[in-house]
Amino acid sequence: MSPDALMSVRQLSAAYGRQLACREISFELYPGEVICLVGESGSGKSTLLNTLAHRHRPASGEVIYRHARLGPVSLGALDEARLRELWRTDWGFVRQNPRDGLRMRISAGGNIGERLMALGERHYGRLRETAVEWLRLVEIDPQRIDDRPDTFSGGMQQRLQIARNLVTRPRLVFMDEPTSGLDVSVQARFLDLLRRLVAEMGLSVVLVTHDLGVARLLGHRILVMKEGQIVEQGLTDQVLDDPQHPYTQLLVTSVLAA
Amino acid sequence: MSQAGYNFAYLDEHTKRMIRRALLKAVAIPGYQVPFGSREMPLPYGWGTGGIQVTAAIIGRDDVLKVIDQGSDDTTNAVNIRSFFARVAGVATTERTREATLIQTRHRIPETPLAAGQVIVFQVPIPEPLRWLEPRETETRSLHALADYGLMNVKLYEDIVRHGRIATTYDYPVEVNGRYLMRPSPIPKFDNPKMHRNPALQLFGAGREKRVYAVPPWTDVRSLDFEDHPFAIERWDHACGLCGASDSYLDELITDDAGTRLHVCSDTEYCAARRAAGHQGDAP
Amino acid sequence: MTDQPILEVQTLSKRFKLHTRDGIEIPVLEDIEFRLGAGECLVLDGPSGAGKSTLLRCLYGNYLVSGGRILLRRPSDGLVLDLCSISPHLLTDLRRTTLGYVSQFLRVIPRVSAREIVAEPLTAVGVPMAQALERADALLDRLNLSSRIRHLPPATFSGGEQQRVNIARGLIVPKPVLLLDEPTASLDARNRAVVIALIQEARLAGCAIVGIFHDREVRDAVATRSFDIQPMEREAA
Repeated sequence: MSPDALMSVRQLSAAYGRQLACREISFELYPGEVICLVGESGSGKSTLLNTLAHRHRPASGEVIYRHARLGPVSLGALDEARLRELWRTDWGFVRQNPRDGLRMRISAGGNIGERLMALGERHYGRLRETAVEWLRLVEIDPQRIDDRPDTFSGGMQQRLQIARNLVTRPRLVFMDEPTSGLDVSVQARFLDLLRRLVAEMGLSVVLVTHDLGVARLLGHRILVMKEGQIVEQGLTDQVLDDPQHPYTQLLVTSVLAA
Repeated sequence: MSQAGYNFAYLDEHTKRMIRRALLKAVAIPGYQVPFGSREMPLPYGWGTGGIQVTAAIIGRDDVLKVIDQGSDDTTNAVNIRSFFARVAGVATTERTREATLIQTRHRIPETPLAAGQVIVFQVPIPEPLRWLEPRETETRSLHALADYGLMNVKLYEDIVRHGRIATTYDYPVEVNGRYLMRPSPIPKFDNPKMHRNPALQLFGAGREKRVYAVPPWTDVRSLDFEDHPFAIERWDHACGLCGASDSYLDELITDDAGTRLHVCSDTEYCAARRAAGHQGDAP
Repeated sequence: MTDQPILEVQTLSKRFKLHTRDGIEIPVLEDIEFRLGAGECLVLDGPSGAGKSTLLRCLYGNYLVSGGRILLRRPSDGLVLDLCSISPHLLTDLRRTTLGYVSQFLRVIPRVSAREIVAEPLTAVGVPMAQALERADALLDRLNLSSRIRHLPPATFSGGEQQRVNIARGLIVPKPVLLLDEPTASLDARNRAVVIALIQEARLAGCAIVGIFHDREVRDAVATRSFDIQPMEREAA
């Protein structure tokens, strides 16, 4: 692992049953870096994301992560307790469908406070203060702190997911198509917010998207996936402006001015 | 004498041994839910089949049994379970908390403090404290294994959001021995402090869900709360109308068609003993 | 000055292979070589379509070269790096600190104001936001971008206004190497003069510049040398 990398992915493969969903993926992620996984549906992007986070165990290969306390560790060697600790403190996971990423029957404030309570915060007043602060940061009216997310618009739900994940100030956030369910007008606001928070907090992000515009706006680097493999990777502007692989060229020429 | 044709205390000895093994494990890991092979009992689930099996597994010929339901010795459930054990085990029964060696209860802990050597058996409908927050059994088991209990506080947080205070008044979640999150069964939260460092052995049986768990004597039992919304038990403006007690859990009764209200001890034996000792309330 | 070049291009070639068009290859650059020292401004000359912008993009790492090397001597430690073979991560770092590029057009970001767009490269190298905005304002003042519109996202700005925002963004962090792709194309005389002055200041401060300038006046004002690029014979077009 490079001395300043946050995560190093080595020959990672994932399978569902006997079906290999991603094959021999290797790359490194640096602090503050946003990597976008692009490719069409079924190309293995989401599987790779889940496998990186070890929500899904790899079939082979490994992910080395620079743990805040333990230093570089192979995630496969961590026990369930340590993994979960990463999931709820040092990492975030923003889902495509807010129903998978939020507790719909718990108030917005409770959703934001959950990670803090898991870490032992036992002061209601402080939990409220933190929730209000985060609602402001993600541009949700703090008046709505006690409303349930199922009364929120799609854009608000995704912003609430961001707040719920970032409240523990993680270093690494995984995002699975966070904008694909949003109207274009709502998307812009969400992306702008995300861009700001990522920059301000120095977050590392692995973001799955099939939208090259999203990748252009947020990504420092792009990994292009096809049939479970990375067919091309490089700096975002380089991959989009001078794509080398036939599949990437097809992707880039298929959209209007990404 | 016990009923002819039945083994002592109804269950066969193999079953009793299986349940005792589960109970030993439960005592060894306070608050941890131990699976056991719940048997068909001659009464339906929800009527205390878990508690009855635990009682049947540990009762001896010299035990003196007390059975209460909501604090009362003379409600249907209590009367039936008491007479069941009188018939199948032939043991002595009592209504007096002090005299009992074994107490089976539904939804209360007696007001009279329990003593070392006594055993109290709780009837438990749903043993899993995280059930309504996390429906997947596989996940709740992981949460217990990892002591990952933030979710429970989320529930209490929501209580305060909706009601301005923690509105859970019974089956109030506790942390046992600084480790496992536990449902105390639907006792009023008034009884929660009684569980803390109680000299008696506390056993819990859930028949339908096939789980037993335990709080050994003198074990720490802490009710969950927030620093700025600390756990507090119910208080009444009234004393018991019959015995004048101001330290007991009160039921509110409506005594006539005009809606006249009377507050009386939920623990009938406690109330009767106080009256017998000359205490009196202000009820007409 | 040129005995210790900061930028050296060796036998650089660039061909585009279009897989979506039956894999035809379009050669654009071949055997490009030059050296550039600190304080020099190399102007790329040649007819439209000769590949001047392509060369600039290759130097920035926006296009991958098909052959050759681009050697950059990193001023911080004197280390010579081949931009064609370093990791994307290192290239990102060089772009942040060492290698500047002003494109022809501003890429606007929804909802981000002009002054924030200009301040961003500063915050990326660790300057606190308040200070970065202050410097952005000072630069935009010089470029005559009215303080009235600075707080707006530049999507609705005129071409000239957008270009000035783009120049400010490109120049706000002083970098040892600067690549300029027609930065003055849609500016009026007054602002053109400002940009010329800014380029001169950068150059006199030791910046090595490679630029494309269609405007004769600008070209003559800033160039210290020129490099001629002629269109290649295309077999397959």
